[in-house]
Amino acid sequence: MWFDPDLTIIWAAIIAFAIFAYVVMDGFDLGIGILFPFFDVGEERDQAMNSIAPVWDGNETWLVLGGGGLLAAFPIAYGIILPATYPLMIAMLLGLVFRGVAFEFRWRDPSHRPLWDAAFTMGSLVATLAQGITLGALLQGIEVSNDAYAGGWLDWLSPFSLLTGVSLIIGYALLGATWLIWKTEGRAQEHAFRLSFRFGIAMLVAVAAVSAATPFLHYQYWRSWFALPGVFLTAQVPLLVLISAFLFFRCLRRRAERAPFLLALMLFLLGFAGLAISMYPYVVPDQITIWDAAAPHDSQLFMLVGTAVIIPVIIAYTVWAYWVFRGKVGTHGYH
Amino acid sequence: MFDGLDPVILARAQFAFTVSFHFIFPSFSIGLASYLAVLEGLWLRTGKQVYLDLFQYWLKIFAIAFGMGVVSGIVMSYEFGTNWSVFSTKAGPVIGPLMAYEVLTAFFLEAGFLGVMLFGRSKVGPRLHYVATCMVALGTLISATWIISVNSWMQTPTGFAINAKGQFVPAGSWLTIIFNPSFPFRLVHTVIASYLTTSLVVGAVGAWHLLRKREDLHARKMFSMAMWMAAIVAPIQIFAGDMHGLNTLEHQTPKVLAMEGHYEASPKGAPLILFGFPSNAEGRVNYKVEVPKLSSLILRHDLNAPLPGLKDYPRDRWPPVPIVFWSFRIMVGLGFAMLGLGLVSLLARVRKRLYEWTLLHRFAIVMGPTGFVAVIAGWVTTEVGRQPYTVYGHLLTAQSHSPLAAPAVAASLLAFVLVYFFVFGAGVFYIFRLMARTPVVGESEPTHDPARAAGITPAPAIDAESGGRG
Repeated sequence: MWFDPDLTIIWAAIIAFAIFAYVVMDGFDLGIGILFPFFDVGEERDQAMNSIAPVWDGNETWLVLGGGGLLAAFPIAYGIILPATYPLMIAMLLGLVFRGVAFEFRWRDPSHRPLWDAAFTMGSLVATLAQGITLGALLQGIEVSNDAYAGGWLDWLSPFSLLTGVSLIIGYALLGATWLIWKTEGRAQEHAFRLSFRFGIAMLVAVAAVSAATPFLHYQYWRSWFALPGVFLTAQVPLLVLISAFLFFRCLRRRAERAPFLLALMLFLLGFAGLAISMYPYVVPDQITIWDAAAPHDSQLFMLVGTAVIIPVIIAYTVWAYWVFRGKVGTHGYH
Repeated sequence: MFDGLDPVILARAQFAFTVSFHFIFPSFSIGLASYLAVLEGLWLRTGKQVYLDLFQYWLKIFAIAFGMGVVSGIVMSYEFGTNWSVFSTKAGPVIGPLMAYEVLTAFFLEAGFLGVMLFGRSKVGPRLHYVATCMVALGTLISATWIISVNSWMQTPTGFAINAKGQFVPAGSWLTIIFNPSFPFRLVHTVIASYLTTSLVVGAVGAWHLLRKREDLHARKMFSMAMWMAAIVAPIQIFAGDMHGLNTLEHQTPKVLAMEGHYEASPKGAPLILFGFPSNAEGRVNYKVEVPKLSSLILRHDLNAPLPGLKDYPRDRWPPVPIVFWSFRIMVGLGFAMLGLGLVSLLARVRKRLYEWTLLHRFAIVMGPTGFVAVIAGWVTTEVGRQPYTVYGHLLTAQSHSPLAAPAVAASLLAFVLVYFFVFGAGVFYIFRLMARTPVVGESEPTHDPARAAGITPAPAIDAESGGRG
């Protein structure tokens, strides 16, 4: 063996971190796009848009790191998963195009603002749906032969993948609504509280549905979750979900401003942990493990040196950028 | 529908379309980011309002161009996998880390500081804001460095071995991979091209406003700065391009032969073919106009130096000569026109008529978009000239693609074309609208100003106001 298993695990963890960072950070701004039609034209929409305008670009960069990191550290997985989800990837990219330009265009062209607001929502919805379906497609399995994708171009489509697609829309909407509780005030905030409550309930239903369906997809998932003695560890995940959900609704009732967003993040983190339990050590279920897909030791090591230094720096100045734009957004941008 | 089409040709068309469209924006924003850093630096040093006004004026344009560059760039990082999965699997261990470094060292830097650059002046103060501007400018240059390294490695691969799975894997030092033979030449040529492209755009906008109002201080300042840049950089670019060409002759001889249209070997000095119609089928250039021995002089610096011909290479290793031949001529022709603009502007300075000579201003306006044309033509030359390989000499394009389904590729190609023309068409229109209004004293930040939210003010008044407030 010319690769070092330890580095492979480290890289799996780094990429999992990048994907999680992407999901929660772009999640709340895609969520705001999804919720946009619920907001009143004018002050509510402007506040919502202004709250994410300075940070969305940085949030989306984690998506590029997830893709680029996968290519670099697990090229075989990259070469299998992307062709298997071809139409989804293209739809996601086009959705992100509409979403991304809407930030600038809606302010540049007030007479066509409804058009760009619609583009913002449609782009966010399509991108989120595509990401959610991709997750489902990956979980349900991908046909592989000789380290390459061997299925058709619509294999990803199934009731389960549609379920994960809709679930992710609900999840991002929840993140967006709770983010707005934090960043807005007055009527917009009241609205965000109401939306958070509804999407909180929807999210629990979605989590329950996906969790119930997943163990039946592959025997390996069943074993990962229910085999003794691991079950004592894995059982903590649903337990923590219940506790977080309980706290979430309590904080909403008490009109806490930050806790709902943080608890929504907690729910995502638990969902992500659940995925990790299901998938590990496979990157393509039942077919390709992280070691099968790994790039050579040299490539992983070369990147790791830089990553170890740079990721903390990135986190530092990302925190700084959020700090600069801290506080309530107000109607005239941040104040 | 679409089932009869060749999916590989469609995938190539899709990649060519999206990457060409994408590169228009970075080729402008790399130069513009540096220009903005210069403007803000000059303002901090001199305290002159005109620099701050110009900074704010171009910052609004930068915001749009940069946003379009970001969204069209994300497409690229996933298209490698969707359309070229075999290439990704095989070359990933070498090019993947370089692209990961691009994300880590450049994209996050740009994105992290862009928000502060655009909206944060009042929050962080002028000096820290200047740091943010410089970080964004630095980010664009670092990004160019990594991605040009990747592209250059595909053109002139070094420092690798091939493992049992058929993958390119690093062998020896990463420095050999990063600093592959064509990398320094390509990087210099590309970055200078961005500076030149930006200076032509800035010059054209300045010229446009000079034609409308000759005394306008803002217009004078940007026109003068842009013309200095063009006059200094255009000759450097021609020299850098020549060096790049010599490097290509050494490492990718058939590409240069295609650029020159040399099908036959020339043992006693090759002629320079100015124009003609190359035909791969006939293996010759029809209706050509040529200057004897000049090609040898340019490429070998010796009138009688022998040059090989494409016929010395196997037929199935020729690039599509007509495309390479013509795109190269478009690039070079425009390069000399840019040099001409720079020289004429120097002449105008000597005659002290830089701001009065309307013919020069009209010339500058015509030249405004030519930087983009030259950049795309240059990339077409080098990328089409790399064919039939993705990794030159080692991996054929025909063996690099994903298991593609024609309907999926065709439908997505169509979707890309429609969406890009609609979205980026709108973006370019908004940029033009920003350029069409004269910079004013006390230019605002590109703050999103909800005072002109829809439904409050009637539309004509909004247009007038957005002219002033941006």
